[in-house]
Amino acid sequence: MSPAAGGRADGIPLLGRAEEPTVFELSSPGRRAWSFRGSGLPEWTVDELVPAEHRRAEPVPLAEVSERDLVAHFTRLSHRQYSVDLGAYPLGSCTMKYNPKLCDDAAALPGLTACHPATPAALAQGWLALLEDLGRRLCAISGMDAITLQPPAGAAGELTGLLLMRAWHAGQGRPRRTVIIPDSAHGTNPASVTLGGYQTVTVPSDRRGCVDVAALKDRLDDDVAGIMLTNPNTLGLFEEEIAEIAAAVHGVGGLLYYDGANLNAILGVTRPGDMGFDIVHMNLHKTFAVPHGGGGPGAGPVAVSARLAPYLPGPLPVAGPDGAYHWWMPERSIGRAHGWHGNALALARAYSYILANGGDGLRHVAEVAVLNANWLRHRLRGTYDIPYDRPCMHELVVSASSLKRQLGLRALDVGKRLLEEGFHAPTVYFPLIVDEALMIEPTETESPQTLAALADALERIASSPEGAADAPRTTPVGRVDEARAARRLIPTFDARPESGQARGAGR
Amino acid sequence: MAQFVPHTGPEIEAMLAFVGLSSLDQLFATVPVALRLAGGLDIPAGLSEPDVAVELEALAARNRGGADLICFAGGGAYDHDVPSAVRRVAGRSEFVTAYTPYQPEVAQGVLQALFEYQTMVARLAGLPVANASLYDGATACVEAANLACAATGRATAWVSRGVNPAWRQVLRTFAAGTAHHLVELPLVDGTTAWGAPGGEAPAAVLVQHPNYLGCLEDVAAARRLADEHGAMLVVAFDPVAAGLVVSPGSLGADVVVGEGQPFGTPLSFGGPYLGLLASRAEHVRRLPGRLVGETVDAAGRRAYVTTLRAREQDIRREKASSNICTNQTLIAVCCAVQLAWLGTSGLTELALRCARATRYTREALLAIDGVVALAPAPVIREFAVRTPVPASAVVDRMADEGFLAGIALDDEYGGGLLVSATERRTRAEIDAYAAALAKVVR
Repeated sequence: MSPAAGGRADGIPLLGRAEEPTVFELSSPGRRAWSFRGSGLPEWTVDELVPAEHRRAEPVPLAEVSERDLVAHFTRLSHRQYSVDLGAYPLGSCTMKYNPKLCDDAAALPGLTACHPATPAALAQGWLALLEDLGRRLCAISGMDAITLQPPAGAAGELTGLLLMRAWHAGQGRPRRTVIIPDSAHGTNPASVTLGGYQTVTVPSDRRGCVDVAALKDRLDDDVAGIMLTNPNTLGLFEEEIAEIAAAVHGVGGLLYYDGANLNAILGVTRPGDMGFDIVHMNLHKTFAVPHGGGGPGAGPVAVSARLAPYLPGPLPVAGPDGAYHWWMPERSIGRAHGWHGNALALARAYSYILANGGDGLRHVAEVAVLNANWLRHRLRGTYDIPYDRPCMHELVVSASSLKRQLGLRALDVGKRLLEEGFHAPTVYFPLIVDEALMIEPTETESPQTLAALADALERIASSPEGAADAPRTTPVGRVDEARAARRLIPTFDARPESGQARGAGR
Repeated sequence: MAQFVPHTGPEIEAMLAFVGLSSLDQLFATVPVALRLAGGLDIPAGLSEPDVAVELEALAARNRGGADLICFAGGGAYDHDVPSAVRRVAGRSEFVTAYTPYQPEVAQGVLQALFEYQTMVARLAGLPVANASLYDGATACVEAANLACAATGRATAWVSRGVNPAWRQVLRTFAAGTAHHLVELPLVDGTTAWGAPGGEAPAAVLVQHPNYLGCLEDVAAARRLADEHGAMLVVAFDPVAAGLVVSPGSLGADVVVGEGQPFGTPLSFGGPYLGLLASRAEHVRRLPGRLVGETVDAAGRRAYVTTLRAREQDIRREKASSNICTNQTLIAVCCAVQLAWLGTSGLTELALRCARATRYTREALLAIDGVVALAPAPVIREFAVRTPVPASAVVDRMADEGFLAGIALDDEYGGGLLVSATERRTRAEIDAYAAALAKVVR
């Protein structure tokens, strides 16, 4: 393997293998880490400050640890955790690209972090300017006219977008009942459709892995509020007939919703707005390198075409004629989608990423993301089944179907073996329409050497399947008993049988 | 410009040759020509790392706050200290740059931190189970209302006007999709009037305690009202005040929600924050979002994994009761580290110091001619006053004096100034604040 394969974590004393006690077990009565400002205030007692009927009888039981023990504990936990900074994370649909460190520092500037969200606009001009400019750039990237930055994640963006769809149809005096989604869609899509008050109508994929346009047309009527599409879709394929789809949906008065999960593939190449989409959400924690934080925070801004702009959630940052920014509520706004202004620091990270890349740099991101995926597709051909073996975009879906039949090697086992090889596993068993699916998204930030090492590992796994069902063996813990976790639910330390009488639920 | 793509020109050429292409443009052959973007993105050329820093520093310098405005604003976002240990430990890149723990064998770090977080939130709430985080306090209210409607088969929630008005707006936004009815319960003298408003039977009674105006509510009365109508009780609590006041769980809450920002997250212009949600055990299969559980690995060693996954959107799809996928894990880790740093004695101490600063500030303001309390009810960490000049003018003028004076309340409260003083406020700062306020309202 080339030493230039920087994205491979194998050989690094990666992960702590010793079990780490919980912080509660490290607790020693009376120990503490805290320290507070000397205030000089009168030292009123709890009895003087809290009316008797509201007063707690006992303190809330938490851990009692020194700062040294606390830091050691969480540092040891961090050693039991894989991350992008450690190695490649080819988790399909998640766009786990490298997160540039300059974005961390940008989001840590005290002028951004110490600003209270209720600070009057006149005193928070830097924040409003940042948000307004980010919004304009995201509109340029998506080909849309207006945007809200409030939704804090992709699924929140989806639901916001569907409520915009709902409000728009109501505004036309024609409420509708159904939303069409492809059978390859992310699970958030149908869940959002339900929460948006619509019924899901599923459209099948055709033999090429794209929306079956004839089947779609069969499902179109004046009860269809719209369609939600990911393009490229979850098979990593571009929906080539998108213009025809858009015309057909618009033809019955429906709207097109773009799920931006796969936007990384088309940056600077084509734009959802140009394809005919009316509503677009973007996952800034995917495409724009906001680190994923082990499961958030992300950000899911929603951009729309001009006719939907009056319905956007607000308030929105806008510039007045004098160049000063103020908050503005669109006249037919659906309301607020977040308690404040969205995940502002995540937005600042994405903004710094866009500034650093620029327009040309963003296009190069898409080019190399697509190049990496296609290189892997060619390289893995013959080892894994490739159900839709034609030029893909930023990700490819392979199948362990033959390997399972011939060698008993399932997609799950391939993923677990890959963990032993020093890589994160691909997304497995998604999309649902592919048997034994392995969805691989290398992203543009993994070098050719890392890709070669990943392909070598995937080939080794396929050629030596012995023991795969017991993998992984070199990770902090071996295969985890998920069924037991659900059967004998232990959602807190206090619920452990060893904990005896549950503490903490008292006053 | 900064460079995050590692490939050299020759490497790209070699890879293109391997896939049988001669240019990068050919990679996009499946994109119809008519849809291709001619002329590139209308976005300026990329900047170097130091130039990006200059741009961001210039923007940051246009905000007032932190160093130059001493903060007396709260309203759901509080100016607490974030200790170095929290910043450093929760800022470790293993936590920051991981994905959702889909592969538990290499995600024990995040999973165990979340398990500890869930334990701490459950103890704060006085309930047996808490989920692994939601977006913020507002969306936690939405999820709680949806949970209650699903659990009771009803579609109405009675919501106290003491609930943060922005959170109520968020509730209304999302109720448009779920067709839930929100009926507001009025405030009298700063606390909720617990009379039945009539109409459809409610799924939930929703109260914030202490409420948006800082006043302690009669949660037992809310529980009685809920019981009379067969409804669940949802309490939006303040996790800092929880250090001093009786837990909502022991007052009979079925679901407890809250904003976790006070523990380990700076003000950040409103996000990312942290939605807390805890519930009684019987609702565990209706919890929104991730839930981490303890189990064992193949060798019988203790291990953690996301569990009861059949609740979630990627499995239940259109039948899921929540669509949440990405949540706020890193902020939950910050919260767990901060709560461990505070510990049993530190949480009490933090709440006590906030309560002292709040009382001292309140007394100093009420000593000013023409400043009167908006409500007589007891407060813990926040309070509202009426001022002789409109509160928005007070806020503007106080900025010139070096203070973020508070939040100017909406008309639904008849105006007024909402003021919070945390453990960061000293006697000298509060004295100066009161003196400045006396001047600007004169």
